[in-house]
Amino acid sequence: MLLDVQNLKASLGKRQVLNGISFSVMPGEFIGLIGPNGAGKSTLLRALLGLIPSQGAVALGTLDAPHVGARERALHMAYVAQEREIAWAVPVEMLVSLGRSPHRPGFAALTATDRAAVERAMQRMEVDGFRERAATELSGGEKARVLIARALAQETPLLLADEPTAGLDPSHQITLMRLFAELAASERSVVASLHDLGLAARWCTRLLLIDGGRIVADGPPADVLTAETLRTVYGVEAFFGESAGGLVVQPLDLVAETGVLP
Amino acid sequence: MSDTSRYGLVLGALAALTAILFLLSLTVGPAALGFSDSIAALFSDKSGAIELIMGEIRLPRALLGLMVGATLGLSGAALQGYLRNPLAEPGLIGVSASASLGAVIAIYSGLAAIFPLALPLSALAAAVLAVVVVQSLAGLRGSTLTIILAGVAVSSFAGAMTSLALNLSPNPFAALEIMFWMLGSLTDRSMTHVWLALPFMLAGWLMLAMLGRALDALTLGNETAASMGIDMRRVQFLAVFGTASAVGAATAVAGAIGFVGLVVPHMLRPLVGARPSRLLPASALGGACMLLAADILVRVIAPERDLKLGVLTAIVGAPFFLWLVYRTRRKLA
Repeated sequence: MLLDVQNLKASLGKRQVLNGISFSVMPGEFIGLIGPNGAGKSTLLRALLGLIPSQGAVALGTLDAPHVGARERALHMAYVAQEREIAWAVPVEMLVSLGRSPHRPGFAALTATDRAAVERAMQRMEVDGFRERAATELSGGEKARVLIARALAQETPLLLADEPTAGLDPSHQITLMRLFAELAASERSVVASLHDLGLAARWCTRLLLIDGGRIVADGPPADVLTAETLRTVYGVEAFFGESAGGLVVQPLDLVAETGVLP
Repeated sequence: MSDTSRYGLVLGALAALTAILFLLSLTVGPAALGFSDSIAALFSDKSGAIELIMGEIRLPRALLGLMVGATLGLSGAALQGYLRNPLAEPGLIGVSASASLGAVIAIYSGLAAIFPLALPLSALAAAVLAVVVVQSLAGLRGSTLTIILAGVAVSSFAGAMTSLALNLSPNPFAALEIMFWMLGSLTDRSMTHVWLALPFMLAGWLMLAMLGRALDALTLGNETAASMGIDMRRVQFLAVFGTASAVGAATAVAGAIGFVGLVVPHMLRPLVGARPSRLLPASALGGACMLLAADILVRVIAPERDLKLGVLTAIVGAPFFLWLVYRTRRKLA
């Protein structure tokens, strides 16, 4: 088991955002974290990383998370934040190589292993073509890919990503989903919060539907994404279909007035 | 040319420039001494007038210029990296204003007249007090914004108390002395000042130098840096106390000297590929260059008028900073 979470609770200010979340992640899973705005998806990811205080038990493999040092945790899981913050005009390649910092002791320079990992990550995200450019001068989508490459270079068993597809064009959205699926196929795991139900339905191996700080559905996409759950949780009607051997979900309209609007 | 060798070249050039300016600083002054005579006097055992001028006046002045400049450049680069804000400068966390207040209290109370070291000691104590207040206001998990706001509050309070001291000053001479001290200068300092400031500066430099890796990671923001194994509490501690120790000592011996810590990291950032860890040593050398050059200039421009160093750095620094803003405004937008 890569990650085991029991009864995780967290508050932001006075508001309780996570009300007892329990789930575990096995190797080879690509988990989509879905739910309406304010459901607690980002808070869950940040609590798992220890970025905000939380109560409950989080185990990383065989390690008990509260007793794990920051660097050890960084060797276990990488994180792609929602905000695409790049403070200085550093070259793309240097930025991606930051992902290797938990692997490097003290003031050590990049080793051949580090360079190979950086190269692999840049090729996977197709950013090796502009490695010399200043990261602050890139377009939003290019920045997003560079930041994901940075997390890939960390080469951790578990990758957490907060809305990684936001701002990407369809081709790069699919490339990213395909990449996450490939990572899962090679026994690494990905937990990504997603707003695009169509992508979630088609590419994830498992979905966690979160609402009001609780997990309201957990299972394969076809079991989680039903007309009933979309109506009650999102308040939308959706088209369900099947194409090329995969599930197709397309939200169409708000639930009619007579329905259970949130 | 590779990235690393270019960086080595930049550091080498800055180090050479620092060495040249240090030698110039030793050999420029109202006593017209020859270059070789003055350098030889530094290493001689005789106790003539030249030896006295070199050992007691010029050497401490040049050393302090080097140390204070390096401190301002290094802490400016470290704070800009830590706060991820190009407008951060060493005075931001309230250290400079508080150290000034400590010095002013020493002058105002007459302690400085009785016991000369009372001034820098009192300034250092005030700097320590200020940073403890800022750190406890911000807390262990303090956001960078809280630190900036706490620093602004502490600076304003120290500024107000300094104004009060000027306001209530018993005689115009005390007020004039306070004003002159606050302008910042390296004139008439002794080796005692060097020995007093050095341990605090060394401790501060060491703490700031340990930040390199963390500052690189912080390019991507607090949370991503933390997810890469950077202990943010340690970073905050090193940044705040490192700056306080070094800048507190610098202000204690030289007064408040503005703009060096703000402008130098800006000038050098493009030369080191914007990488925060590389900016630290470059900016320390650059700060030393700038302060030594300014201190030589005040002696050359107006040898009789005792032009204050802090006045010159602000007069030259502010228009230069305007030009920098003008040049980079499109990138900043």
